[in-house]
Amino acid sequence: MLSLVEFILVGLVLTNLVLLGTSRIGLCIRMVAFQGVGLALLPLLGHGEFELSSLVISGATALLKGWAFPTLLFRSLESAHVRAEVEPYVGYSNSLLFGVAALGVSVWLGGRMPVPGPGVPQLLTPVAFFTILVGLFGIVTRRKAVSQVVSYLVLENGIFAFGAVALRKAQLLVEMGILLDVFVAVFVMGIAIFRINREFDHIDADRLASLKE
Amino acid sequence: MHLDALWRILAGLVLCPLLFGVINRVKAKFAGRQGQPLLQTYFDLAKLLRKGAVYSATSSWVFPLGPMLGLACALAALCLAPLGGQPGLFSFEGDLFLFAGLLSLGRFATAAAALDTGSSFEGMGASREMQFAVPAELAQILGLAALAQATGTYSLAGMLALLDMAHWTAAGPVLALTATALFLVLLAETCRIPVDDPTTHLELTMIHEVMVLDHSGPDFAFILYGQGIKLWALGAVLTGLVIPARGDALLDPAFGALGIFGLALAIGIAESSMARLRLLLVPRLLVGATALSGLALILLLR
Repeated sequence: MLSLVEFILVGLVLTNLVLLGTSRIGLCIRMVAFQGVGLALLPLLGHGEFELSSLVISGATALLKGWAFPTLLFRSLESAHVRAEVEPYVGYSNSLLFGVAALGVSVWLGGRMPVPGPGVPQLLTPVAFFTILVGLFGIVTRRKAVSQVVSYLVLENGIFAFGAVALRKAQLLVEMGILLDVFVAVFVMGIAIFRINREFDHIDADRLASLKE
Repeated sequence: MHLDALWRILAGLVLCPLLFGVINRVKAKFAGRQGQPLLQTYFDLAKLLRKGAVYSATSSWVFPLGPMLGLACALAALCLAPLGGQPGLFSFEGDLFLFAGLLSLGRFATAAAALDTGSSFEGMGASREMQFAVPAELAQILGLAALAQATGTYSLAGMLALLDMAHWTAAGPVLALTATALFLVLLAETCRIPVDDPTTHLELTMIHEVMVLDHSGPDFAFILYGQGIKLWALGAVLTGLVIPARGDALLDPAFGALGIFGLALAIGIAESSMARLRLLLVPRLLVGATALSGLALILLLR
């Protein structure tokens, strides 16, 4: 079972690299959906025995991250008539190089942290850190509001990865609460993107700085 | 020095032009054409060797040196490349750096000869080749370093001989990452789609073909043959990684050679199913390859 968890974690790293290196927002949304479904399997695999609570978490996560979020995001993408990220603050090759550096830093950080418990794969802490860093990086460097929402979801995926395997006790309530929060956040952001697009004919977040009455 | 490697080197020398025939045949089948004969590259080489070379009055001794040095480097790299985990003619600790260095020295010679013609067009091709070489080399070195870390030895033959089924079951994802990165490097080094289109004669998008435009006769034959040997040597390393070694001195090289032809098949399929990338996207692809092999190395180092 452990090797399957590691497989998912390596997949998480690869999708992160794709997210850093592509300009297609549609592809980014699909990658985040993949991450979400992969992560949804983690609570099932992390424990060894199947419990009802972990089954509920997995189902809810897969449904929300694999279906609801992509549908919402694709809808706001369509309403905004955006296909690709144009000129992010940091170029794609540089983003990928940042990714490699961030991975190195996360491995170093993860090596200094104690592993949360027995049976937790060593890879977990670095990959969770890496995913969080990539999400932060995306929020800071991408211009389009949709890409920023996608990056926010990546950030949340990182936190989820950390929690899914590391925290074992009383996690149902916590995870469900987080999932609900994220759902509401994405919902609100989708509406906000729609409104921004209707008012300004674009969703470039940096151009909203000169907002006037 | 491994004298028993002579026949493996000989097999590479004889069979490498056939790789182009296989690639062309696959592409022809995909396009619904009959395609050129499988042995066309041999005919081309024989024809070119019979011809005389034309040298421009503005070029210096660097120009004829380019193809010769390029071929010599490719031959030396072939002598280092293990086939199916069995060592090449020479094998020592750290020869993976010499392997990468020989390939880049050959590239330098070709680029220098291109610059020597004084044609701005060829200079453009040389500039592109060198620009793409930077991330490709980084990806290659990092990938080979990951293999060295996985097996604990720094010689190409040593690490490929140690990569057996046990390694693949223990660290499968990491080795697959390295293999993907090395495959992308191979596509870049041998100027295949999606990095470069070997059949294009559209001036704006040519890379390698631009650099060798002014070479004729035996010089061009050297370049063509050198390309074949380079493809064989890189393919030998890649298939040595992908096909788990069993330590059989006869079967392993045979499987390795078969694997190289399978690789040619894969290149042909890749070339017929996708277009070449925009020039701006090529560095991104190669930086992606660097990221993959860097990731493999980090996963092994932790």
